[in-house]
Amino acid sequence: MVNSQAMVEARSLCKDYGANRAVDEVSFQVSRGEVVGFLGPNGAGKSTTMKMLTGYLNPTAGSALVAGVDVGDDPIAAKRRIGYLPENAPLYDDMMVADFLNYVADVRAVDGDLRKQRLQTICRRCGLDDILGKNVGQLSKGYRQRVGLAQAMVHDPDLLILDEPTSGLDPNQIVEIRELIRELGREKTVILSTHILPEVQASCDRVIIISGGKLVADDTPEMLSGSDGGAVVRVVVRPDSASAAEPTLAAVGGVSGVTSVGVEPDGHVFRVRCAPGEDPREAIFRAAVEHGLVLIDLHRERVSLEDTFRELTTGEVQSHA
Amino acid sequence: MRNVMAVAKRELRAYFDSPVAYIVIVTFLAVAGWMYFSTAFLLGRADLRPFFQPSPFSPSMLLVILAPAITMRLIAEETKSGTIELLLTMPMRDSEIILGKFLAALALVAVALGLTLAYPLTIGALGDLDWGPVLAGYLGMLLFSGALLAIGVLCSALTENQIVAFIVAFLISAVLYYIYWLQFFMPPALSPVVEFLSVSFHLDNIARGVVDTRDLIYYGSLMAGALLLAMQALARRHA
Repeated sequence: MVNSQAMVEARSLCKDYGANRAVDEVSFQVSRGEVVGFLGPNGAGKSTTMKMLTGYLNPTAGSALVAGVDVGDDPIAAKRRIGYLPENAPLYDDMMVADFLNYVADVRAVDGDLRKQRLQTICRRCGLDDILGKNVGQLSKGYRQRVGLAQAMVHDPDLLILDEPTSGLDPNQIVEIRELIRELGREKTVILSTHILPEVQASCDRVIIISGGKLVADDTPEMLSGSDGGAVVRVVVRPDSASAAEPTLAAVGGVSGVTSVGVEPDGHVFRVRCAPGEDPREAIFRAAVEHGLVLIDLHRERVSLEDTFRELTTGEVQSHA
Repeated sequence: MRNVMAVAKRELRAYFDSPVAYIVIVTFLAVAGWMYFSTAFLLGRADLRPFFQPSPFSPSMLLVILAPAITMRLIAEETKSGTIELLLTMPMRDSEIILGKFLAALALVAVALGLTLAYPLTIGALGDLDWGPVLAGYLGMLLFSGALLAIGVLCSALTENQIVAFIVAFLISAVLYYIYWLQFFMPPALSPVVEFLSVSFHLDNIARGVVDTRDLIYYGSLMAGALLLAMQALARRHA
């Protein structure tokens, strides 16, 4: 296995449910050792994408590769590499925690001394030592989630796919699970989904934002929250000069992207993303004068991941001047 | 094979950790006991045919009710609770999952059947028992149960509602069971077809002590057919 090879590769994944396209041409790569957060509103297609990566759902079109293995061609080989925690941690309620983990070890072909040692390590890490004799059905949500995580680690997989690992947990439990994920992220590739923004900033190297089934952003949390120095300038022009504004703004030096937000009461609003370390406000002013744009407003914004998220997933802009 | 055993082991434990296994075994032993001793003591015959022979009140009729009850939860419950997602993302083939679950159900029935061996042993001690037909009868009962359980597994794979799985499997099994007697109300030309389709006809054949290839093929293909369809139904979850 080549080290530079992507751990996960999604190639134009599509999933239709009847006439409804839940996931639309989603492509991305995850390198070995990365911790990637899937972010998106509920129903955006995060879970469906994960289900296609784990081989639970067959894509309508496109393919998913795990460690170079096409999930569709050789699902068994791909599934061996993956530890998966489905949404809401579905578990066998009638089983004892210890029996359940042993069952998973049976299926995952982890035997003998290795099994004993592996289960011990996992139980310690996930804090399950006190509940091994309990029925899964009696566990609190937090413990269920931990058993779900433990189950995903029995075969020591390279890749962990965790679907909303912290949903329904109280703040203390969330912190515990996050710690655990961060710890796991040091040695494994982790893909987790969430709709909780701070979680992504707390645990992920990279964020993939999915909205309406489409991939709308794939970047580091720093880039997406503008805290790397690449600020956002909000430019408002008079609506009649709006059509000329976009190319003009994009051509200004130090600008890395322009998004048309739409017409607001004071004029047509554009969000101009700046390259790191650049402040193109002066250049924008000059370009506007040169091209006859009527500038109503021009100021730099402090953005957060939350703004980017809302902007990308709803088109709305929340700004803190 | 390893995966089949892992799944079967889990299911079998689930049966014995819940009242299901005990209810099945006790009910079966009670009915089987009545059939034995009524024959042995009321009629004074060392004969086991009434036990194996299909009739509206017989151990095999009881299996028509018990088999769907045993199998109804096997897949429907996993679908309902969402554990199916866990199961289908384990490195296992759909066929191994279906086979494991089927074998667990068959093992439970085999335990219940095995315990009834106490009856022929006592009768054998008291009178002169012909063991040939007895062993053939047990084989027949096992095949008969296998066919009903396979139908049950299929129904459980088709729905997430255990009650629906039970009722549908029971109806199919009951039709295949009672059609044997209904042939008297049908045109004589249909009779061989109806006989061939009936699960009871083939059990009756084997209970006579004759293990005919046709009966083995009948049960074998019924089991294989239902289990293959169940695998198809499970594979549909990936769509």
